[in-house]
Amino acid sequence: MTELVLTASGVAKSFGGIQALQDVSIAIRRGDIYGLIGPNGAGKTTFFNVLTGLYSRDSGSIELNGAPLQAQTPDAALVAGVARTFQNIRLFANLSVLENVMIGRHARTRAGVFAAILRLPSQRREEAAIEARARELLAFVGLAHRANDVARSLPYGEQRRLEIARALATDPQLLALDEPAAGMNASETRDLAQLIRAIRAQGITVLLIEHDMKFVMSLCDRILVLDYGRRISEGTPAEVRKDPAVIDAYLGTGQADEPGRAAA
Amino acid sequence: MPELPMIERLRRHPKAAWIGGALVAIALLLLPFALASVGTAWVRILNVAMLFILLSLGLNIVVGFAGLLDLGYIAFYAVGAYVYALLASPHFNLHLPFWVILPLGALVACGFGVLLGAPTLKLRGDYLAIVTLGFGEIIRIFLNNLSRPVNITNGPQGIARIDPIRIGGIDLGNSETWLGLTFSGPIKYYYLLLLVLMAVIVINLRLQDSRIGRAWEAIREDEVAARAMGINTTRVKLLAFAMGASFGGLSGGLFASIQGFVSPESFGLTESVMVLAMVVLGGMGNIRGVIVGALLLSFVPELLRYTVEPLQKTLFGKMLIEPEVIRMLLFGLALVLVMLYRPAGLLPSAVRRRELDEGRA
Repeated sequence: MTELVLTASGVAKSFGGIQALQDVSIAIRRGDIYGLIGPNGAGKTTFFNVLTGLYSRDSGSIELNGAPLQAQTPDAALVAGVARTFQNIRLFANLSVLENVMIGRHARTRAGVFAAILRLPSQRREEAAIEARARELLAFVGLAHRANDVARSLPYGEQRRLEIARALATDPQLLALDEPAAGMNASETRDLAQLIRAIRAQGITVLLIEHDMKFVMSLCDRILVLDYGRRISEGTPAEVRKDPAVIDAYLGTGQADEPGRAAA
Repeated sequence: MPELPMIERLRRHPKAAWIGGALVAIALLLLPFALASVGTAWVRILNVAMLFILLSLGLNIVVGFAGLLDLGYIAFYAVGAYVYALLASPHFNLHLPFWVILPLGALVACGFGVLLGAPTLKLRGDYLAIVTLGFGEIIRIFLNNLSRPVNITNGPQGIARIDPIRIGGIDLGNSETWLGLTFSGPIKYYYLLLLVLMAVIVINLRLQDSRIGRAWEAIREDEVAARAMGINTTRVKLLAFAMGASFGGLSGGLFASIQGFVSPESFGLTESVMVLAMVVLGGMGNIRGVIVGALLLSFVPELLRYTVEPLQKTLFGKMLIEPEVIRMLLFGLALVLVMLYRPAGLLPSAVRRRELDEGRA
């Protein structure tokens, strides 16, 4: 059971003179919870954006389920099976919670203008299926009671969950979460860890960027550490924690064994 | 408050809904005769108002649903009108039937919609507004100048003696008497417009509540997030331009047949801005709001036209300010007031949705 869901090799990206990513490679096994960590400005979000097609890469290749990901646009990446959430939550703020998740079904449904105008039976069936699936996902993330609320009226933690439900609606192979625990209190963070495990239990691989070291270390199966756009370490949480290169990147001295303190 | 539960009970009663609908239908059917007893001019004004509702509903797809600011929308109206005028008038001596030209006009306008949409896909907000503004002007200037070396549009003189619509043996341009009632041309056109309007409203409602409608809303709310949700924004935006333009073209064809005459001056920037004002004033994205906005902005200026002059005559004994000036003054004032006190429009869309939800709970 070491099937790889996503591999990237030699990925590079620069903005003007700044080399944001240099020769980054990654191999994520299906069903893992994979962590991506590194000090601020290490290139984590840039790497996310390259993976999800928001940025085009300068060089390197990405394969999803063994098939190369050619088109470098967000919609192509999503159709191929990579869904994401954003560091600064990007919901459709003025739409209802239910509509947000229903929009997530867009790429997996077909009905066009004429089917909608004529209300063809196929279109009505599809609409019913979209809504049923959206409600199912809302129940899964614990927001069923919020379905008719306006997205912007939700508290922060629930907005995060809604964004995850919306991403799950796209039937992803790989769910990429950009700092999902940022700004959450201890109990919200615990609930989030539970939710991420439940997502993995459904067979979806999770890739996450996170600064909360306790969260990452306890949740992830493997971790990749970036610093200045380069891969400096990769392995299980225990391996990464002991890696002198990681300790050096976080603390700059190599003295402490608790990288979390520096990042918190 | 004993009335509230009563209203609530009526609202939930299926029979009440049917009776209410029937009453509205009867009122809509009798409306032109009531107006005709005041003066045939009012039936014409009503028809123009309905054309503007059609236009506003089309523009609402682009501006209200997809959030793309279009200041040149009247160009599609012009395209539809000229397609009708060229194919059903003595100008080229072509007299094709309406059921060929109206859809053709919508189709040609749709093509122009894609033509405008394609190069402007990366633009947003102000920049898009400027390009669409230019597009609207280009179409008008073309219509003005395509009379030489080959006379296609007849330039500023416009095209006259356009065929009225004929359905079966009924000529919508003539007056006829059935069952003791006089059906004048405008009254017959009113019924045609009512039919078209019903169809367009149903199409709009269905589009709004569909996969495509949700994709438009997603783009309006957050384009990056929409793309990350797998929405092909290029295709979906073009679709909005194409749909909006088709409705514009359809209304243009109807306009040409009703007026019997088209010239470039009917399709200036003022008209574009007027239609946009109807959408914004009524409530962008809300179909009911847009209809109310279009009705208000079509009727109120006409009412003023008929009241300002006599009022000044009785008050001062002479005309101090031209009706046209006062009309635009009050019109501007009304717009400023609405934007100050109801920035989301008279009937904003989100509020209505919340009200509906409360009603269900």
